[in-house]
Amino acid sequence: MIRIICTTWALLLTLALPVRAEVKIQEITTPGGINAWLVEDHTIPFTALELRFRGGGSLDAAGKRGATNLMVGLLEEGAADMDARAFATRTEELAASFVYSSGDDTVAISAKFLTENRDAAMTHLRASLIEPRFDQDALERVRAQVLSGLRQDLTDPQAIASRSFDSLVFGTHPYGSSQDGTIESVTALTRDDIVAAHQGTMARDRLYVGAVGDISAKELGALLDDLLLDLPETGADFPPVAAMNFPGGVKVVEFDTPQSVVVFGQEGIDMTDPDFFAAYVLNQILGGGSFESRLMQEVREKRGLTYGVYTYLADRDLADFWAGSVASGNETVTEAIEVIRAEWQRARAGVTQAELDDAKTYMTGAYPLRFDGNGPIANIIVGMQMMGLTPDYVSNRNTMIEAVTMDDIFRVAQRLLDPAALSFVVVGKPQGLDPT
Amino acid sequence: MARLFALAVALLSFSPMAARADDAVTDFTLDNGMQVVVIEDHRAPVVVQMVWYRSGSADETPGVSGVAHFLEHLLFKGTDTLEPGEFSATVARNGGADNAFTSYDYTAYYQRVAADRLELMMRMESDRMVNLRLSEDDIATERNVILEERNQRVENNPSALFREQKDAVQYLNHRYGVPIIGWRHEMESLSLKDALSYYGTYYSPNNAILIVAGDVTPEGVKTLAEKYYGVIPANPDLPERNRAVEPPQTAERRMIYRDPRVAQPWVSRSYLAPERDSGAQEDAAALVLLAEILGGGQTSLLNERLQFDREMVVYAGAGYGAGSLDDTTFDLYVVPKPGVTLQQAEDALDEVIAEFMENGVDQQQLDRIKMQLKASQIYARDDVESIANRYGRALTQGLTVADVQAWPEVLQSISADQIMAAAQALFNRDRSVTGWLMSDASPDAAAKEVSQ
Repeated sequence: MIRIICTTWALLLTLALPVRAEVKIQEITTPGGINAWLVEDHTIPFTALELRFRGGGSLDAAGKRGATNLMVGLLEEGAADMDARAFATRTEELAASFVYSSGDDTVAISAKFLTENRDAAMTHLRASLIEPRFDQDALERVRAQVLSGLRQDLTDPQAIASRSFDSLVFGTHPYGSSQDGTIESVTALTRDDIVAAHQGTMARDRLYVGAVGDISAKELGALLDDLLLDLPETGADFPPVAAMNFPGGVKVVEFDTPQSVVVFGQEGIDMTDPDFFAAYVLNQILGGGSFESRLMQEVREKRGLTYGVYTYLADRDLADFWAGSVASGNETVTEAIEVIRAEWQRARAGVTQAELDDAKTYMTGAYPLRFDGNGPIANIIVGMQMMGLTPDYVSNRNTMIEAVTMDDIFRVAQRLLDPAALSFVVVGKPQGLDPT
Repeated sequence: MARLFALAVALLSFSPMAARADDAVTDFTLDNGMQVVVIEDHRAPVVVQMVWYRSGSADETPGVSGVAHFLEHLLFKGTDTLEPGEFSATVARNGGADNAFTSYDYTAYYQRVAADRLELMMRMESDRMVNLRLSEDDIATERNVILEERNQRVENNPSALFREQKDAVQYLNHRYGVPIIGWRHEMESLSLKDALSYYGTYYSPNNAILIVAGDVTPEGVKTLAEKYYGVIPANPDLPERNRAVEPPQTAERRMIYRDPRVAQPWVSRSYLAPERDSGAQEDAAALVLLAEILGGGQTSLLNERLQFDREMVVYAGAGYGAGSLDDTTFDLYVVPKPGVTLQQAEDALDEVIAEFMENGVDQQQLDRIKMQLKASQIYARDDVESIANRYGRALTQGLTVADVQAWPEVLQSISADQIMAAAQALFNRDRSVTGWLMSDASPDAAAKEVSQ
């Protein structure tokens, strides 16, 4: 009985081919010379527009850590003839959604707006991008919010862990500290610093645009020119590629909390490397976030040491590394780390054919499921541009996953996985752990 | 993360939106009593299958808190025909993702896969509705997993510990006062028998709702649903859902939670409040609008007065859990700036409420909120999974498909007077809990400490 049913399911698996992602990406250049990718879909009367500026928090000037983050937080706090309250009121009237955010490598603006008042919504968004006021009272108010978050981070084990890890690995490079800044640096920021961060980060020479929804190429062209042509031509210099330090062993940050939070990592691989896809598949098998990964099976399913354990290939603009995280009670975290180390070592011997096949089926099947809405697609197509990909990547990507062989996995495992360099940062009161 | 539980009344989560009749929603009931809802969206060849059970942590027997959520984890172990772990492995081998979540009023399981794999998903999901096979080994390991989950979500997070204590104080008799994930000491002794007892009582087609959303047709779903779920007999002994009722609350409650890990103290005030009732959603709709008016964003009254005018707070907000089977809460919170004490913050909060009760609703603000609610219906269509979730929550919380579809119009129909009447009924301190979250023993020291 059991056997028969299993066979039927196996049959279903082999017969059902993965669906293809079907998005028609148009590459457009506006009359004013702005490049953008567009996916037209007139099903729902709104447009999702993603703007990204490369650089982000890493462009903070020396001694001005947190300037970009604070600047981005102020874009919606007053623009043109509107103070913060007037700006917010107008956004509500338009029923548009503008989300402004910054990260290590980007300043991002995610906009959603209705077709019925598109022009008015874009006039409003433009004001925040081109003519932000950075009023002193708004600056003080948002600074207080950022400082409140920074204070909370000082006693949040997750935040302590990622900061300690970044500092260990990247030292004085911008990646070595939080782009939110520190209490000291943010306290010292002036309005001039904010204006400089605006000019330095939001320039056209580092701009990427993705739009999806109820808009034509011609309409988008005119819209983008109105919205973006008045941004500065060029901005601040990019920092150098980050040197990385992975000393191996365990660094413990003592913090009185019941569950230890762990971040770990070693060097990674660039997306342009011929072995990237092999490493990507290997990561999926090792700790790629599904229940089927070796780490989830060994640390959670077999031993009950954690609620979750993951690894990922971090392909940042200025560094490539292989990182992961786990959280486990202070009494059990030592065992969790031992298991992760052992799995790191074991994976150097490669994987089984069944593991490779399963990972490929999952990854190729899951990929088209990502393209399931205007918002998600806008995110994907702007991300692709930042990675230097072309639109045909959407149809070729699964072929590259399929092409990965057992030999490729073995080669990349031998080349990259380095248990001696795998470095752990533990925040908590771990028992029986020898810091090295 | 996977096999998660949802905090039913998350302070900031606010989604009053509901689908309209034109959202391509079809519903029907199988002969065994299982309700089925189909939501069509043909833009991508993707389908989400969800099975929602009308039972959650608030349906547990006293003494075994957390068993609903524990069982949810255990449903990924074996059945008569599936090895432990094979369920998720099979979903993954089909390029899909699966998970589950538990709340006070429901437990739900879902898979997101290519539309042509729906049959396989139904075969497996219907199988574990009644054929679960658990061993003592499964129990021991998975109990450690949920204890680590509690560590991660609650023990490591002073705000979560504070909220847990607050809920326990808010409810005098109802199980909403017990955490979804369970009290630690009871979780530690959850047994195979406890899990199977809950499973036997509540997991049956007549206590379940199937929701299929995505690139499917109602006819196709019906054929498959009849084949896989329709053959499972109804449970004739399914208990009626009569849970303990709150007695009249007649004493204002105050609490202080101290934890050295608190770097940003804040004040919380919650009031016992009515929830959305089938066919009578007006009071709840008025409270949704009230929460928006008082604490919904930058232009809300609390932020106008306390963040902008008086410059006392980092931020302030309001939240209302409209969806709930039984009495819910309306929550307000104020996060003071350094140098402002929690007492000053609380007093300021009460002054804003008093001012609102005196001056009433600003009609322009109400118009803006209604315009945003209308627009949110358009934006929501971009995410069929969120529409599926909305139906699942509503149908497990005593509402009907018609209630869900009427909700946007009910929200638009509410007048300023109705909002004031709802506020009048709500703001009774005898039914409230005021909580201070702080790091230090002395209330006034909290503000000083953070300003250092």
